[in-house]
Amino acid sequence: MIRARGLVKRFGDFTAVAGIDFELYRGEAFGFLGPNGAGKSSTMRMIGCVSPPSGGELSILGLDPVADGPVIRARLGVVPQEDTLDLELTVRENLLVYGRYFGLSREVIRERTAQLLDFVQLSDRAEDQVEPLSGGMKRRLTIARSLINEPEILLLDEPTTGLDPQARHAVWDRLFRLKQQGVTLILTTHYMDEAEQLCDRLVVMDRAKIAAEGSPRELIKRYSTPEVLELRFEPDRHQVAAEKLAGVPAERREVLADRILLYVTDGDVTLAAVRALGLEPLTSLVRRSTLEDVFLRLTGRRLED
Amino acid sequence: MAAVTTREAITRPPLAGAVFAVRELRFWLTNYRRTWRGSIYSSLLNPLLFLGALGLGLGSLVNQHRDAAIGGVSYLVFLAPGLLAATAMTTAVGESTYPVLASVKWVKTYQAATASPLRPADIFHGHMLFVALRLTMNCAIFLAVSAVLGAVHSYWALASLPVAVLTGLAFNATIESWAITRTRDTSFAVIFRFGMIPLFLFSGIFFPITQLPGWLQPIAYATPLWHGVALCRALTLGAVTLGGALINVGYLVGLTAIGVAAGNRSYRRRLYV
Repeated sequence: MIRARGLVKRFGDFTAVAGIDFELYRGEAFGFLGPNGAGKSSTMRMIGCVSPPSGGELSILGLDPVADGPVIRARLGVVPQEDTLDLELTVRENLLVYGRYFGLSREVIRERTAQLLDFVQLSDRAEDQVEPLSGGMKRRLTIARSLINEPEILLLDEPTTGLDPQARHAVWDRLFRLKQQGVTLILTTHYMDEAEQLCDRLVVMDRAKIAAEGSPRELIKRYSTPEVLELRFEPDRHQVAAEKLAGVPAERREVLADRILLYVTDGDVTLAAVRALGLEPLTSLVRRSTLEDVFLRLTGRRLED
Repeated sequence: MAAVTTREAITRPPLAGAVFAVRELRFWLTNYRRTWRGSIYSSLLNPLLFLGALGLGLGSLVNQHRDAAIGGVSYLVFLAPGLLAATAMTTAVGESTYPVLASVKWVKTYQAATASPLRPADIFHGHMLFVALRLTMNCAIFLAVSAVLGAVHSYWALASLPVAVLTGLAFNATIESWAITRTRDTSFAVIFRFGMIPLFLFSGIFFPITQLPGWLQPIAYATPLWHGVALCRALTLGAVTLGGALINVGYLVGLTAIGVAAGNRSYRRRLYV
């Protein structure tokens, strides 16, 4: 449905997207993962036909986003990073105004508004102004609005950033249902659990490039070990323990300020080996590798703004 | 939520431009439904205050001189068409500044529209259509109030309505094409203080341009408001000449066209980054 080859986006001297390739198929949920400033949103805006590519090829639904923007956008739904709701209008009016942008008749909009508000559990707020709604409700309304034209592809730019856990789960639940209904989802996120929950396939972006691509499971398999042993020592013994641990076999080890991580096949076996060295950690945790381990391995632990 | 291609969306240019602009107009009308009552009061009050205080009040002094410079009519009759054009200017500048920045920066309704089939130029033209409607409303109310106060003597005055609207659109197109490029609203105050107020005072609304010092007169003739004032007045007083009217209309249409061309470009640059 979407094909990018060597896609580039430049703003003056700054390169936001430095030649990326990806392909997207109907019905899948595809994620762009990456730290802030990795180029995720720029890519999303190019797919949304509101940002002309500076180079490379991009085809959406077999069409050219620059020449056929209106036709493509008629078939897309967009949930932007920042809500763009009209705060002074009511929930219902927001859907009315937006539906009209797509040339839908009043009857069609009324019918879909009822369905969509029901879908995002906002039916009882239909006649309320948007301004006082909670962040989670606004997000759900934005999702409802993006579906008014029954899009084939739904673009979600950080759909749950800034929401509390309940609101996030409510959004995930709705997105999961859309996926089951056959809507193709494209989302950006820097939440690993979100990517793991929703994405069939994802790319990890870092510094304007794609660092890795695959399903969450494949990525974990390729870039991490099955298990991770997390050890914590008293602060004064931390450094000494870290040096001694060099003798314990592990595929990869990471010494953080407060913990030491050992990437291994079997965490319990390794823990026994640690104890055999005479090291007794304050706490130890054996867990399965997650996307977060992959993410941190690929994009490093440096801090972006 | 079946994934079906929506038939109604496949409209292609050039007709699409007009269709899309009307969709944006309808967005503004929906918004306006919340505030139209308040705006009607100020559209009524404004002409009452100005025509009352200046036309009737100050006019009672001016009329004692019976000065030929104002064409031998009462000051109220002289003043009203000038203020009509000025009303168009202030309405247009007001609608072309803060609401535009609000739409692109504070509330981001423009960004919402760009996610639909609408293109930046459609969004711009849709807002211009809305401003044209607001201009027609405000100027029609102004004309009606002037008629009630006795400032209108001929049906020719009706012809000054479209001229006033055109005057407003010339301001609307040019200022809006600039306002969309702003990231802060501080420069709007400059437009009001150093743009609108001098134009308001020195474009022949309150006294004929011929009363200005000689070196200032060409500057006054070059401003858009003067062309609006001159033609509105000529029409209202029944003193219109074809040549003069063509120059005035040509100037205003030309300025509008320049503003539209500039706005097509600046809207695209702001909304398609």
